[in-house]
Amino acid sequence: MKTKVTLTVNGQERSAEVEPRTLLVELLRDQLGLTGTHVGCDTTQCGCCVIHVDDKAVKSCTMLAVQAQGCNILTIEGLAAPDGTLHPMQEAFREHHGLQCGFCTPGMVMMGVDIARRLPGADEKTVREELHGNLCRCTGYQGIVEAILSVANPGAVKEHHHA
Amino acid sequence: MHNFDYHAPKTLDSALALLRDKEDGKIIAGGMTLLPTLKQRLAAPSDLVDLATLSELKGVRRDGDEIVIGAMTTHADVAANADVQSLIPGLAHLASVIGDPAVRHRGTIGGSVANADPAADYPAAVVALNATIVTNKREIAGDDFFVSLFETALERDEIITSVRFPIPERAGYEKFRHPASGYAVVGVMVAKFGDKVRVGVTGAAGSAFRATDFEAALEKSFTPDVLLGIAVSPDDLLSDIHCTNEYRAHLVNVMARRAIAAA
Ligand SMILES: Cc1cc2nc3c(=O)[nH]c(=O)nc-3n(C[C@H](O)[C@H](O)[C@H](O)COP(=O)(O)OP(=O)(O)OC[C@H]3O[C@@H](n4cnc5c(N)ncnc54)[C@H](O)[C@@H]3O)c2cc1C
Ligand code: FES
Ligand code: FES
Repeated sequence: MKTKVTLTVNGQERSAEVEPRTLLVELLRDQLGLTGTHVGCDTTQCGCCVIHVDDKAVKSCTMLAVQAQGCNILTIEGLAAPDGTLHPMQEAFREHHGLQCGFCTPGMVMMGVDIARRLPGADEKTVREELHGNLCRCTGYQGIVEAILSVANPGAVKEHHHA
Repeated sequence: MHNFDYHAPKTLDSALALLRDKEDGKIIAGGMTLLPTLKQRLAAPSDLVDLATLSELKGVRRDGDEIVIGAMTTHADVAANADVQSLIPGLAHLASVIGDPAVRHRGTIGGSVANADPAADYPAAVVALNATIVTNKREIAGDDFFVSLFETALERDEIITSVRFPIPERAGYEKFRHPASGYAVVGVMVAKFGDKVRVGVTGAAGSAFRATDFEAALEKSFTPDVLLGIAVSPDDLLSDIHCTNEYRAHLVNVMARRAIAAA
């Protein structure tokens, strides 16, 4: 049996008919067409699916759509300004070469925004620790950590020699 | 995932009624263990009863000599709570090293304790701090709660409402974290209440237990070095793909010494 969920996604109220077992990420991707949020595992470990639910980073592959009834959802599509100006965290990922293939990037950026908000002034060790649930197969994390640090704690970014 | 019916009851009584009436109803709290299990089709409940709407199960308060944590309080909220940080900093630290930030934003203390994963962190604190598990029908002492691997004293239609932690003089928690999963290969909480000491060990065996030999030595001298010559028997400890029981026995001693240093 399907039920109706109504939630706010990137500032707009959206409704959809879902099965109880529909995951929040399935609602976003398959029903609302927001394919920026990725799915990289089925064990809640990779973090590609991280979005914000009521201003907190959560793994949208491990939440039911029905559990998001009435919630305020922010996905990677809602981060930039309406005129396309990148969010400072997106700009920092560009600047610091925080991505290669880009598969992990939406989750990394959303987690980065969450880290910078919760832990302003965080040091490099803390940022690495906080990324425990976000896996990247390409970059070796260096650029990702620098990007997040540059927003959370600009003074802590070491001079980096780009090739 | 097999399909199920979903319920978000407004009261604890209606949640209990649903659990009693449905053929194979199951509680969902943070879903951080249950949903991955359902995704792998390792379970197929007929109904999920969500406790998220029961605000009386959320939050932390001090009650005399105890800190009372509502079952639906997330790991992130326990870690960030000012009373927990000042009165039982070892417990705030324990909550802050569970999984990752996104898991801590949804996972709850009630779900963790009810699930009784042998490698979960909270069981070490339940045992070491002699916590009381409060349910809709009774209070269960920490020492009696964990029965064996993924098995607790809870009955099928019993809901944890809160966990009460006596405030110790000092307590520390250290875990040897599995580098991939984040769970405890071994985690030890050491707690001092006046001249009594309790040591809770998780990760090492089928369920959390007290290291009584350590307790006796620490009651004489609450210092890391007093444990140097005391070996833990590997006999009843877990041996698996991650490490042997001998290695876990060694880790129990090392983590206990670190926990005392941190307390
Ligand atoms: C990637 C990842 C890493 C993790 N790392 C760690 C870690 O390092 N350490 C650690 O300890 N845990 C870890 N966890 C588990 C996490 O802490 C879970 O939050 C916890 O085990 C279950 O809590 P939950 O609220 O999500 O419960 P759920 O998954 O919703 O429920 C778990 C079980 O408990 C039952 N239940 C839930 N609430 C109650 C209640 N109030 N009364 C009675 N029964 C109830 C449910 O029916 C279910 O059987 C990790 C999880 C993930 C996905
Ligand atoms: S897809 Fe959600 S954690 Fe991997
Ligand atoms: S950039 Fe490819 S997985 Fe991170």
